[in-house]
Amino acid sequence: MPHRIETQYQEILNEYVKKQTEQNLYVGQNFSRQLILENISPEEVISMHKAAIQELYGDLPDVVWHSFDFLIEMMINYGLALQERQSLLKRQEELKVEMDLAANVQETLLKTKLPSLEGLDIGLLSIPARKMNGDYIYFVSDYDGYAGVAVADVIGKGLPAALCMSMIKFGMDSLSSSHAMPKDVLGVINRIVEKSVDDSMFVSMFYANYDAGEARLTYGSAGHEPAILYRAETSEFDELQAKGLLLGVSPAAVYEQHCVTLTKGDMVIMMTDGVTEGRNEEGFIEREVVFELIEKKKDEPAQAIVQYVYDELERMQNAELQDDFTLVIYKKA
Amino acid sequence: MNIQVNLTENDNILKGDVHGEIDAHTAPVLREKLEAYQDQDGIKAELDLSGVDYMDSTGLGVFVAFYKSVNAKGGHVKLTGLSSRLKRLFDITGLGDIMDIEAAAGKGGN
Repeated sequence: MPHRIETQYQEILNEYVKKQTEQNLYVGQNFSRQLILENISPEEVISMHKAAIQELYGDLPDVVWHSFDFLIEMMINYGLALQERQSLLKRQEELKVEMDLAANVQETLLKTKLPSLEGLDIGLLSIPARKMNGDYIYFVSDYDGYAGVAVADVIGKGLPAALCMSMIKFGMDSLSSSHAMPKDVLGVINRIVEKSVDDSMFVSMFYANYDAGEARLTYGSAGHEPAILYRAETSEFDELQAKGLLLGVSPAAVYEQHCVTLTKGDMVIMMTDGVTEGRNEEGFIEREVVFELIEKKKDEPAQAIVQYVYDELERMQNAELQDDFTLVIYKKA
Repeated sequence: MNIQVNLTENDNILKGDVHGEIDAHTAPVLREKLEAYQDQDGIKAELDLSGVDYMDSTGLGVFVAFYKSVNAKGGHVKLTGLSSRLKRLFDITGLGDIMDIEAAAGKGGN
């Protein structure tokens, strides 16, 4: 321990013993903060106290000195626990910085460009409940009148989910054709995920391919929340059913695909369970509530609709969404 | 945020029931209890989920992991007493087709 600290302590102690004022105590408190900053352990503080007493008052009964020695031994474990706590705090701080970095990397890595197609209005909103988003949206388009979209939800949260997502992204990149058919895309990604992910991590994914020339949507699902088709003519909402197992459960899984043709004002609503599994004190927020919200804004641009649905659902759940929220609307203009 | 998991094993037959909510907070409890049995050769497990009020995809992940491990060891997993909400979750994810599940009496058609 630096000599200046010992001298300083001795002075402060001496002042207090002589006068015992509030001011003396205040100086002592400030000094203890300095000791913490300089990483002086509790047992060292007691040693310092003993030395200061020895210096100042010299001759005291042996029992006093023995008691100090005893106390110093006792405080060694306190000191160790304190050191451990400090190193944990430091580690926690480092992890937080790493998490922030990872979230940034995720954001950059998973950036996707909204396709621009004649006659198709697209709205997209994806909001993570925590730092890392477990939902994933990916568009494939190459200016030839086709636009593929993947909406995926990684079961399992945080860093492992984010890593899994990069795998999906690279799988999708390797296909890199906006003409790719849903059953093939899902089959390929299934084999990638099945091989490389641990047993309790799975991915649900909806994949659709839109052909602007024919206004035709071809879709398939791997265990994902069904997309919804809204028909402007009848104002009806219907599930787009497609059978298929979650990605990563079985390498033998095969995927169906189906087609629908859109006419003006029709919408295809793709989402993750963060949209439909909302809860508040009164219970679940049913899917019909989501449909009503969409119908209310059906004449607005797709982006305005997704934003409105999010705002309203967030309000109903007191601004506490438990799960990642992702909503994509393809609207035939 | 509560879960209760009761499991008893006799002669390689595992019986159990789960009560409460299975979500990201409670799923680790369930996972840990099931993991104790999943590597036993040829175990026959039957879990009653009629006491489960809510389950999200994390919970689903626990059952799938258990199902995969047990299957790999020649065993069998059966889940019973599924509410209509749980049944829908298994059906949407395609797990209803590969796993042995049974809806709660009178609730299946909802």
